[in-house]
Amino acid sequence: MDYFIELFFSGLSRGAIYALIALGYTMVYGIIGLINFAHGEIYMIGAFTSFIVATILTILGLPLLAIIVLTGIAAVVWSASYGYTIEKIAYKPLRHAPRLSALISAIGMSMFLQNYVLLAQTSDFLPFPTLIPDFAFMEPIAHIVGSTDLVILITTTVSMIFLTVLIKYTRIGKAMRATAQDRTMAMLVGINVNRVISATFVIGSSMAAIGGLLIASHIGQINFYIGFLAGIKAFTAAVLGGIGSIPGAVLGSVVLGLTESFATGYVSSDYEDVFAFSLLVLILIFKPSGLLGKADTQKV
Amino acid sequence: MFTLQELKRSALISLWFVFLTFPIMVVKVNSIEKTVQWRWMNVVYILVGSFVLSLLFRYFLYRKERQSGEDEQQGDNTGRSLIHRLLIVPKYRNMIYGVLLGAAVVFPFLTSSYQVNIMTTALMYVVLGLGLNIVVGLAGLLDLGYVAFYAVGAYSYALLNYHFGLGFWAVLPIGGLLAALFGILLGFPVLRLRGDYLAIVTLGFGEIIRLVLENWGDFSQGPSGISNISRPGFFGIELSLEMAIVYIYYLMVLFVIVTIFLVNRLQDSRLGRAWIALREDEIACQAMGIDKIKTKLAAFSLGALWAGIIGVVFAAKTTFINPASFTFLEAAIILSIVVLGGMGSIICLIICALVLILLPEYLRALSEFRMLAFGAILVCMMVFRPQGIIASIRRTYTYKPRNRDEA
Repeated sequence: MDYFIELFFSGLSRGAIYALIALGYTMVYGIIGLINFAHGEIYMIGAFTSFIVATILTILGLPLLAIIVLTGIAAVVWSASYGYTIEKIAYKPLRHAPRLSALISAIGMSMFLQNYVLLAQTSDFLPFPTLIPDFAFMEPIAHIVGSTDLVILITTTVSMIFLTVLIKYTRIGKAMRATAQDRTMAMLVGINVNRVISATFVIGSSMAAIGGLLIASHIGQINFYIGFLAGIKAFTAAVLGGIGSIPGAVLGSVVLGLTESFATGYVSSDYEDVFAFSLLVLILIFKPSGLLGKADTQKV
Repeated sequence: MFTLQELKRSALISLWFVFLTFPIMVVKVNSIEKTVQWRWMNVVYILVGSFVLSLLFRYFLYRKERQSGEDEQQGDNTGRSLIHRLLIVPKYRNMIYGVLLGAAVVFPFLTSSYQVNIMTTALMYVVLGLGLNIVVGLAGLLDLGYVAFYAVGAYSYALLNYHFGLGFWAVLPIGGLLAALFGILLGFPVLRLRGDYLAIVTLGFGEIIRLVLENWGDFSQGPSGISNISRPGFFGIELSLEMAIVYIYYLMVLFVIVTIFLVNRLQDSRLGRAWIALREDEIACQAMGIDKIKTKLAAFSLGALWAGIIGVVFAAKTTFINPASFTFLEAAIILSIVVLGGMGSIICLIICALVLILLPEYLRALSEFRMLAFGAILVCMMVFRPQGIIASIRRTYTYKPRNRDEA
């Protein structure tokens, strides 16, 4: 039973991180209908930035709490800037181009960013400093639920609540929903669509950066290639929940995280990634609209 | 040419890029020895580089917008360049083909076997590009798992050779057909999907194949791969290593010629025109009575067939394969070739494949930056020239009662 609970919580924290990345996918898709292939790379850059900042701050000898906060801020700021810039360079000129053009551009961007980090930093796995301490009150159940899992779950929940409030009640959130529904109409009622799209990229990238920071401190090592796999998995999660739907992305991520966790725990750990990919293929074949998505009808 | 305002804007952009790239480009930390390395020179490079690039970027964007405006006014038939005329007039075109063929035939006599080996690789990419071009360029299906079919071909030769001792020529059709079968198996369920979903599913499929090959040790010998695959036989004569390299080279030249011929014929056939129609408008195409699934499946499996055949050649050429040769990067390289070649035009695709594969081989200093450049190429091509370096020439039917030889 302990093993089951352990797998359950590890799946849950895994799903929480996927959710942070999947949100970026689903928001961008909802608004401009583009699979932002470079989103995984933003997450990777978030992890790298937090690695660099955290190491510098550790050398300077700051207290742990300050390190965590400053690292988080730095990761969010830089990832958001990358997201913003990528949109301006690779997607904005292609707003009216066919969908596949934008997708190819996104793939190119993803390759570019991967190799940019590879060349500017290193191809080795980098050991990430332990940021999250083992809490004393977690001691009795530490063999089942780690402190990191707890931090991941709490951070993700807080981020989700923040995002929901942002989208439901703020001005920019309303503008985002309007743009997602009908871009031309939104323009007509005076919404600055370009700014809304930029905001979407910034918010999505910030979420991914938090995910990057969390996963890096959870797994303890990063390299330039982590974004690819995480990106595909998060995309799977977004599709699983119904792409374009925010609660769907969270639900899909949790389902994917649990599936992976149980499958590796009870079946075989060699095929960990195969499960995710098979799930993706199966979903797209049998229910392309996802768990919470609306069926996509095409107007002629 | 550039106003002061433009320069000021570019200066701001380059400052933004300095900020953006600061942590990754300038700082390098070692978390074990706890040292920080500051590479301040990179700031200067970024500053200058992004200033120039941003000017160029906006200049080209501006030119592209102006051009598309002009095109609408004038109709698009006027803007044919010299290269286009070279390619369109049969006399010149045949001359180009003749020169290329002649160069290809004498190449092994003029250079070392190392060069021949590299050239063989480049030719393999030409054929792979032509195969993928059927799927992506003609039928408009973005296939990111193309490398999986390549792997199927390579592994079918390696395994059949290893277990049953089958020769190259026997497996060549088997490998191709197996890959085509995989293409149908994958294509059947997924071809209903919309374009971008299809891309992701094929990507997932490619990764599944690679991961299975990596982990199913009993079947594929896992990450250590299969070695000692026999080279292709030449009517039962044992060839020396150098002779074998030249032999495979000529085989590839032959393959390229056959492929060009077949793809050319396919393009103008009923099926080829159906692909192009399907690419342009699916619904209108179905309304004209074209079976969407069948046509797409044909594209998918034909593309896979070529990948499978080249996979067999690859296994025979290197005599050693392992799953690491079939990563997504490989698929991305082939895709770059097709995109740069303009998704549809054959001769441009060949030139692009040769340049993209040979350039990094000869300029070793550049090879590190190869994937970086490929990524940038994909983005820039899509932003500035979605039709490719040389746009493919649409077959047009003109009615000119008097002057018939121009049509």
